[in-house]
Amino acid sequence: MISFEHITKWLQAWLNAHMSPILVLAVETVLIVILAIALFAVLGLVLVIMERRVAAFMQIRMGPNRVGPWGLLQSTADTVKLIMKESIVPTHADKFLFNLAPFIVMIAAMLILAPVNFAQRFHIWDLNIGILFITSISSISVIGILMGGWASSNKYSLLGAMRSGAQIVSYELSAGLSILTIIVLCGSLKVSDIIASQETGWWIFKGHIPAIVAFVIYLIAVTAETNRAPFDLAEAESELTAGFHSEYSGMRFALFFLAEYINIFIVCAVGATLFLGGWMPFHIGHLQGFNHVMDYIPSSIWFFGKTFFLIFVIMWFRWTFPRLRIDQLLNLEWKYLLPISMVNLLVMTVVAIYHLHF
Amino acid sequence: MYIVDYIKEVASAVKSLATGMKLTGYYFTHPKEIITQEYPDNRATLKMADRFKGEVIMPHDENNEHACTGCTSCELACPNGSIKVITKFEVNAEGKKKKAVDQHIYHLDMCTMCNLCIEACPTDAIKMANTFEHSVPDRNMLIKRLNNNGSKIREGVE
Repeated sequence: MISFEHITKWLQAWLNAHMSPILVLAVETVLIVILAIALFAVLGLVLVIMERRVAAFMQIRMGPNRVGPWGLLQSTADTVKLIMKESIVPTHADKFLFNLAPFIVMIAAMLILAPVNFAQRFHIWDLNIGILFITSISSISVIGILMGGWASSNKYSLLGAMRSGAQIVSYELSAGLSILTIIVLCGSLKVSDIIASQETGWWIFKGHIPAIVAFVIYLIAVTAETNRAPFDLAEAESELTAGFHSEYSGMRFALFFLAEYINIFIVCAVGATLFLGGWMPFHIGHLQGFNHVMDYIPSSIWFFGKTFFLIFVIMWFRWTFPRLRIDQLLNLEWKYLLPISMVNLLVMTVVAIYHLHF
Repeated sequence: MYIVDYIKEVASAVKSLATGMKLTGYYFTHPKEIITQEYPDNRATLKMADRFKGEVIMPHDENNEHACTGCTSCELACPNGSIKVITKFEVNAEGKKKKAVDQHIYHLDMCTMCNLCIEACPTDAIKMANTFEHSVPDRNMLIKRLNNNGSKIREGVE
């Protein structure tokens, strides 16, 4: 069976046979950059149309269904429109920072892609502190948001950026603690090790109630971290006219928009890796026949299936819950999520020390 | 106990959020619930509500007769002057002069569909239709004459 692993192995062997090692590295780097950009473009198109259709069905509407079959080309048409639009820079804006901000957000999103395992032994850079790398790089995107809000010289943008800063900084705590809960169980920060430790069962099943609590807290925290409803008061169309990116137009706006969806994909990919076993197939104990059937499904389909399931859950949140006020938002984090995840981490540590998990 | 209240609060919050997600999940999995009308496509089968107020019309029966006496009550009742009734005097069989409607002019472009003219009409000569496709290339086409050519008042309507 052809898998991504075979393709990469074959490509590397072919390149090594024909070129010098330095040239091989250069060619592979270019290939990875092209693949990453292609993945971003495809993800952006797919997630936008998915979001709009899911939202429509949840609100008893039809959603875009005119462009292409079932409206699947709607996001492509929107992108073409955005490319052709003029990108206006406000007169009083700080031009350099204003132009730099969308790229910082995009580059932060691109960097997080490095340690993610997309399929069995198919990843860009499986470094030994993968999860730490992801959590630290994901905090960089807040700099881009603050930069964009400040440089726009618009009070709404500034307010949105400040809210976003407060929100991301506080929710990173509980997201980090819920990630730690799983790290305690598997004892490694390396993404491939975390997935390998779930060969006998995903952590959400093996880790008893603490794992489920951590999973729920992780989902809530990353929804806040990606600035999505019900925590979208950084954008808050109704009060701040889109917040930090209200002065952006054309392709710069598209970059911010794309970065939001890429960030959703990445946090869901990390969630799938930590709690749902990454590319590991679904196995039930000792049911050999069932397990063999599950093994036949390619690992990339398992990974993307789980990730898209989590993305769907986050979209489900967005189209069900009303937006929180800023004080409610901070109350939820500091009075509820953080204490609960701390106690949860303690319980999980006890579970891990005494090997109470399956 | 504070801690018990805390746990109860968290539990009730989770329960209420789950209730909301159950409803949207139900809508997501039941596309039959969709209430959107795909308008230009379903034009043949589209059913408008009878109460919908689209424009003022004057119904005529098969003898080209209406019930308008030309009393101008509707013109007086109209808050923004969308109706202009031009009257004439007709001589009836007994040689008596009688007031009748000559032209009932209705400005659809000014009308706010407030229904006051219909309520003011003593003979129920005009009513609201539930048509809604009023788009025309020239706004003069929105100024309509409600009584047909050669129509006259129905027998017995005073």
